[in-house]
Amino acid sequence: MDPQDQQLIIKILLLVGVAVATVLLTRSSTGARHQAIRRVLLILFALAAAAVVVEPALLSRLARFVGVGRGTDLLLYALAVGFVWFLASYYGRMRALNRQITDLTRALALAEARRTGPS
Amino acid sequence: MSNEDVAILVPVFNEARVVGDVVRGLRERFDRVVCVDDGSTDGSGDAATAGGATVLRHATNLGQGAALQTAIDYALTLPEVRYLVTFDSDGQHQIDDVLAMLDLARAEDLAIVFGSRFLDERTRAGFLKKLVLKTAVWVTNQSTGMRLTDAHNGLRVIRRDAATGVHLTQNRMAHASEIVLQLGRTKLAWREFPVHLLYTDYSKAKGQSLLNAINILFELTFR
Repeated sequence: MDPQDQQLIIKILLLVGVAVATVLLTRSSTGARHQAIRRVLLILFALAAAAVVVEPALLSRLARFVGVGRGTDLLLYALAVGFVWFLASYYGRMRALNRQITDLTRALALAEARRTGPS
Repeated sequence: MSNEDVAILVPVFNEARVVGDVVRGLRERFDRVVCVDDGSTDGSGDAATAGGATVLRHATNLGQGAALQTAIDYALTLPEVRYLVTFDSDGQHQIDDVLAMLDLARAEDLAIVFGSRFLDERTRAGFLKKLVLKTAVWVTNQSTGMRLTDAHNGLRVIRRDAATGVHLTQNRMAHASEIVLQLGRTKLAWREFPVHLLYTDYSKAKGQSLLNAINILFELTFR
């Protein structure tokens, strides 16, 4: 197998990975406006990811353009930032979810107490 | 019974061994004992019911702060309740202290009476425990602007008008500071009252351990 073919395999794997992640993420649902923005960003991300997978030199050129030595370094930085962003957004969502569970559990306990009446 | 306008609020989580006796003891002096069973898995709710308490049940464990808020919400639905008393389920608090605190609240027209174990020398706490509790008090005082001697004492008398100002969002242990903060915001008259905490072997084994105190400090710092 020559190097060109080996690269083809990893390119296909990565493209499939990006496609699956894109589909999964588009399906999650929150507010309509929020969701639209997220979907647009997601498509842009998918296109950029695909472009970089097909033509890795793009990433290196972009890296040099923004002042980073190598494409892999740029990728690492983007990943680190993306991870923190992800953590922050999910922390907020988890707190909201905890709040909802608390409200729900409390409402249930109070409704049950009303139903059975004061003993 | 003279305390018809009082609701004793007892958050319960897996205290089946003691909660029945605690409730029975309270019922000798108070008509209305409200337990919130915070998703116990050891039959604590049944033990509290058998002891004569009104039991509300959380479908899942949320934490003491959440249980306390549910108890407060419930007590406020009862129009005859004028004083709400928060009381721990592990048998550390004394009923005589509750009666004395209620007398004080009625006599001096106080909206809030906080129990404090550090106003006199009756309560025996270890050095480390004291240190951690004092630190918690200091942190609480910084954030609330109040001057308490004991922030993490579960024994409090809260008049109805003050209780409507309590909306706890800290489900876990940090609610003890949150309730002080919210009660302070009501600007109603308050006082501390010396109470005696009985550190039984049971409460020592499970109650506020040092590790728990560390959790409190973290919850307060990184909220």
